[in-house]
Amino acid sequence: MRHTFSVRIGPVGFRVGSDWRAPIRQLETLYGGYPALEDGVPDFTVRLFAARPWRRVIRPAVMLGGDFVLPDAAPLPLAQGLLAAEMAMNLQMALGQRRYLLLHASAVERDGRVLLMTGESGSGKSTLAALLSRRGWRLMGDEFALIDPATGLAHAFPRLVSLKNAAIPVVEAAVPDARFGPLIEGTPKGTIRHLVPDVASVAAMDQPGTPALLLFPRYGFAPDVRPVAPGEVFVRLTQASTNYVALGARGFEALTGLVRAIPARAIDYPDTAGALAQVEALWRAL
Amino acid sequence: MLYRAARSDALRIVPLDDFTAIYHRASGITHLVASPAPEILAALNGAGLTLAGLTARLSERYDLLDADEAALAARLDELVAAGLVSTA
Repeated sequence: MRHTFSVRIGPVGFRVGSDWRAPIRQLETLYGGYPALEDGVPDFTVRLFAARPWRRVIRPAVMLGGDFVLPDAAPLPLAQGLLAAEMAMNLQMALGQRRYLLLHASAVERDGRVLLMTGESGSGKSTLAALLSRRGWRLMGDEFALIDPATGLAHAFPRLVSLKNAAIPVVEAAVPDARFGPLIEGTPKGTIRHLVPDVASVAAMDQPGTPALLLFPRYGFAPDVRPVAPGEVFVRLTQASTNYVALGARGFEALTGLVRAIPARAIDYPDTAGALAQVEALWRAL
Repeated sequence: MLYRAARSDALRIVPLDDFTAIYHRASGITHLVASPAPEILAALNGAGLTLAGLTARLSERYDLLDADEAALAARLDELVAAGLVSTA
């Protein structure tokens, strides 16, 4: 490809190739503090390419390619090239990751212990992880938590934090000194802006942690905390995992081990300040 | 008719709470079951049992308030359909 970019995020190496310079330049800037590929060989490759040669210049539309692809993925306008690269990298993980049990969850760490937060898009798991990362927690990831079936440890995957819609001004106001990507409007998920994880979280990304608490946050409800029984946690996490079935017995051992090891709570919250207080209170009570 | 549970090394059974997670290695399918399924599988481990034999075995091990063979047969049919119990 004309333009390429390589990066290691936690234990996973990516190479992104692109027909266009702009998305690569954005990736180089935003992932500037990240390490290079360990041995020069990526785990996954991603391609951003024009559907037809002339579409590189005329109404440029970015098609996503890579080791793993969705057959009917629609192209994105070039202005959303950074988002296309991030989506394609996520897709490789979701469809191709076999070393770790992948949970669609955000993860933050303190004192070697990991708080996992999982929920639908809009639950606030990215926002809460981003805000906690500026309050004494280490950001391990906002999208995927990687559970090692052999050890039960959670490994960090601190890619750019994907903030959507109302979460964008909340985080901008809370961490004005943070680095952000461009405001990307009109995407299939609304307006998106990427937050660059803080330097300390990136520097510590090779350190795994022991899962200690699992939360199911829900934004927009009166404050409430409920225990979630292990059987329900198990079902919800099989649904929150993109590769549980593919991992077979290893996935089963990893997931049942996690469910039996840590407490789980559903938390409802009306605003992020309330949620952060709930999280700290639950963490102190462990 | 004899009922026989899948060999114990073909199943990985992990109690969670009221539910028990069972991984069936042969099919790669995860089952989430409630009582009395785990107890039936434990009773059927090894030699096969008839419905009457299973009822007797469960009565020995547990305080069955009303040992209802018809209800037990229904649970067995479910386990057979799930592939966790075979008949001969």
